[in-house]
Amino acid sequence: MTLSATTTTKKPRPRRGKAGPGFPPPSIGPSPIARTLGVLVLVGACLYFLLPVFWLVVASTKNNADLASTFGLWFADFNLDQNYDSLMRWTQGLFWRWVANSVLYSGVAGVLGTLLAVMAGYGIAKFEFPGKKVFVGAIMGGLLLPVALLTVPLYIEFDALGLTNTMWAIIIPSAASPFGVFLGIVFAKTAVPTEIIEAARIDGASEARIFFTIVLRLLGPAMVTIFLFIFVATWNNFLLPLLMVSSPELKPVTLGLYGMMSYFSPDKGAVMLGALLGIVPLVVLFFTLQRYWRSGLAAGAVKG
Amino acid sequence: MPLTLEAKNKSPRRSVRSGRKGLTGFLFLLPFLVLFVVVFLIPIIVSIRSALFAQVASGGGLYGGGELVDQFVGLDNLVAAATNGAFWKGMGRVALFGLVQIPLMIGSGLFLALLLDSFIVRRVAFFRLAFFLPYAVPGVIAAMMWAYLYTPQLSPFLEYLPDGTNFMAPNVIILSMANMTTWTFTGYNMLIFLAALQAIPRELYEAAAMDGATGFQVATRIKIPLMRGAALLAILLSIIGTVQLFNEPVIMQSVNQWMGNDYTPMMLAYNSLMGQVTPSGSGPASAISLLMAIIAGALAAIYAFAQRQKGE
Repeated sequence: MTLSATTTTKKPRPRRGKAGPGFPPPSIGPSPIARTLGVLVLVGACLYFLLPVFWLVVASTKNNADLASTFGLWFADFNLDQNYDSLMRWTQGLFWRWVANSVLYSGVAGVLGTLLAVMAGYGIAKFEFPGKKVFVGAIMGGLLLPVALLTVPLYIEFDALGLTNTMWAIIIPSAASPFGVFLGIVFAKTAVPTEIIEAARIDGASEARIFFTIVLRLLGPAMVTIFLFIFVATWNNFLLPLLMVSSPELKPVTLGLYGMMSYFSPDKGAVMLGALLGIVPLVVLFFTLQRYWRSGLAAGAVKG
Repeated sequence: MPLTLEAKNKSPRRSVRSGRKGLTGFLFLLPFLVLFVVVFLIPIIVSIRSALFAQVASGGGLYGGGELVDQFVGLDNLVAAATNGAFWKGMGRVALFGLVQIPLMIGSGLFLALLLDSFIVRRVAFFRLAFFLPYAVPGVIAAMMWAYLYTPQLSPFLEYLPDGTNFMAPNVIILSMANMTTWTFTGYNMLIFLAALQAIPRELYEAAAMDGATGFQVATRIKIPLMRGAALLAILLSIIGTVQLFNEPVIMQSVNQWMGNDYTPMMLAYNSLMGQVTPSGSGPASAISLLMAIIAGALAAIYAFAQRQKGE
């Protein structure tokens, strides 16, 4: 993959639904039949993607009997508080601890990983040094490596270092993000004008000062994007905490819920309530920061 | 996007070349490099090394009775993994999973992206977000949710399906798991394709329309060929993701014990390390991981090569 062709995507996207320079000529607009079929497909896809989440909300308010007997996609007796009590009982009061652990691991890995990725990306994009091609090649190779396969030897390594069953066993591996560096290179190339750096050098600013006061500010939006990718990848990782962490107090929410599900017949509504509460922080991040997702995916898609 | 503003002032790229500045660039890279060595390089070396050793109890001698010591066994672990029937059965399941799931997911992602890019609906942002939402659900939690959705007493839709429909039946369960993965990742891939579509200059469409092209022709002759790079990368990453399939089968196994501890190669590797299947220990587990990495790499290389050949 090439990292060079950069500026073609950066045109402001034409707005939909208004005639303007971006609007297509009528001849390639959809015909009425095609439009109807298209809308049907899109609405069908919407139901496929959203109904399970809606069911999750409904199921989290029901007890086992209502789950089995009442219409699945609508509410019955509102049993949310019993389910909440049951969730706390099954998790021995640790549920919110697990959510807090997930926030902590993902947050620390995200901040640390983003800073390192942006530094590396800036160093690669704006400087020449011997061996640069080799380093870039190795990092991009890491992008294509099946990371789950690394988890087994990673466990052996961390076990030898005495780091298993600590929060570092999750945070350190999660902070190393080749995709973050890839985004860092792309964004540093497009968003940091070399003139500004040179002007600051002429004014006598040190390289560290240039980076921390000028470059980081210019790369602000890029850093939000990289942070999001690392945060979500860490939150969603299951195999890594499954191997690395055994104390109940150290579990992230995914691992804790898995343990709850593999108990003998737990309250299903309580499990679903736990699942729902375990994804709320991520859903909030998605809704509030979705434009940053798109800029990251666009960089990946076009450079790929 | 705030990024667009700065991009416009971009001048022809000029890098600074002097000895001191060169060292500066390396120093910026160094912290990540250290982490990279710890998290990527050392584990690769560790897995090769530990695949070459087996842990055996040293009978007496210097180390005393039951203590475990590493004994060099050469390629024995790798040969054992490569001749393990359970490993290849798992690989077969994973291959079947990938053959169904990857085309389905990439195809629908592509199709949905094309639909959203063809001026059929006005509220593109709503659909985009709705399709992307499942990606916010961690794979394990999605698997738990679908496992309940497949369970006869719990499922809200099973009663409307023909009698005897069983999502957990041995020959159906792979498709049920393929559906979980498809649900989670289709929207993510669709966003990648949508981004690639929006990078296509709109003038191309006007030129095509002037030549009398229909919307369908624009999609098949211009849009799809121009998305090849993005699709190739998405398929490659999906192949790599499928080889290490773990979350979905582990969750399904917790409600369907018959699936066993070795349903996929990654489960086999994990349970080898945990001592729940024989041969167990870090040696066999590393050997399985290595073998899977080799297979994944070979598959990805073959696919990328075949695509390049076709493109020329």
